[in-house]
Amino acid sequence: MIGRLLIRDLALLMPISKSGGSILPLLFFLAVAMLYPFAVGPDAQLLARTGGGVIWVAALLAAILPLDRLVAPDLEQGVFDQLALRGISEEIALMVRMVAHWLSFAPLLLLAALPAAALLSLDGDSLRKVLLGLLAGTPGLAAIGVMIAALTAGLRGGAALSGLLLIPLAVPILIFGAGSLSRPDGAGIALTAAISLVLVAMAPFAGGAAIRAAREG
Amino acid sequence: MQACHLTASNLACRRGERLLFRGLDLALAPGGALHVAGPNGIGKTSLLRILAGLLSPFAGAVERNGMVALLDERPALDQQIPLGRALGFWAELDGVGFLARESCADYMGLSDLLDVPVRYLSTGQRKRAALARMQCQQAPIWLLDEPLNGLDTAGVKLTETMVADHCAAGGIAVVASHQLIALPSPIKLELAEFIP
Repeated sequence: MIGRLLIRDLALLMPISKSGGSILPLLFFLAVAMLYPFAVGPDAQLLARTGGGVIWVAALLAAILPLDRLVAPDLEQGVFDQLALRGISEEIALMVRMVAHWLSFAPLLLLAALPAAALLSLDGDSLRKVLLGLLAGTPGLAAIGVMIAALTAGLRGGAALSGLLLIPLAVPILIFGAGSLSRPDGAGIALTAAISLVLVAMAPFAGGAAIRAAREG
Repeated sequence: MQACHLTASNLACRRGERLLFRGLDLALAPGGALHVAGPNGIGKTSLLRILAGLLSPFAGAVERNGMVALLDERPALDQQIPLGRALGFWAELDGVGFLARESCADYMGLSDLLDVPVRYLSTGQRKRAALARMQCQQAPIWLLDEPLNGLDTAGVKLTETMVADHCAAGGIAVVASHQLIALPSPIKLELAEFIP
């Protein structure tokens, strides 16, 4: 049952599938990495020092883009109602959705971080930290995304609101994730992973409550 | 068909500040059909959602024995993918085979449309698709909210036969509709009688 749900969610969200999501968030991520050197000038040292942070901000903003199609269409179409009638709770549906959302953006984002790092002239050590940090932080971003998408699904103008809501919630991940770049040890990455875990554990329940509230309303 | 029953006692429903109905009792045994009638806005959809367990009643209780299938104005079929795959998703979740899906689609006259993405279907075709999805679920209790909306005369006939067959096989059907629908030995429930 969970496998069947995951296959459907992946078909809806994966950028490579015909019927699925879009590649735009990824292009947006690369566009930021490409534009930044134009804006601050070709100072390789400055780029190397700030580039890691830029990659983090770009990743965070790219994670906002697919939020409006994460939960709202299914709520409108009554899919959650039909799942509930079959004894599949909103929590399980959203947990699966979170995994599918992560799979649909994080692996490609990690790949895209390689050319982005080249554009920002990051050295090997920073690149390694950025990749590890993103690996630890993106599950948290996916969890926040699912939570916010569920909260704003029933609202008019939900897409604009979700962007605003994500920013404060994502700040801890950003602080520790981007902060790990300037520390020699891996403490920042460990803290990022810890925050991610808390968010991943929380998101299906918060989102499930939001969907049930939308149903009663 | 497995044994099923659906009873509700002393139901009341409140939406916002308004009490829509109160003191509603019903009991349905296998083979029972109920036609919930009344003008728009009187609470037919709310009653069906309460019976389905998707909405909690303001007062009273619902007792269900058996799986519930709900048909409302939302077909719950993915817009982007072909109809066959969209129906197939629910068929797989319900654990019914490929053949059952085919025969349900055939029954509703959809066999030529299985390769067409759901978003290209007309209103009536979507309704037929939703009916096929519900039939395919093989649940003993059917809740149909305005099942005739958007259907042509042939579609109405098919739906009436489908519900009659379901009841004859020992299923329960609750149909909310402001239109006339031919049901086998129907009990009629005028919601207007329960307005406080």
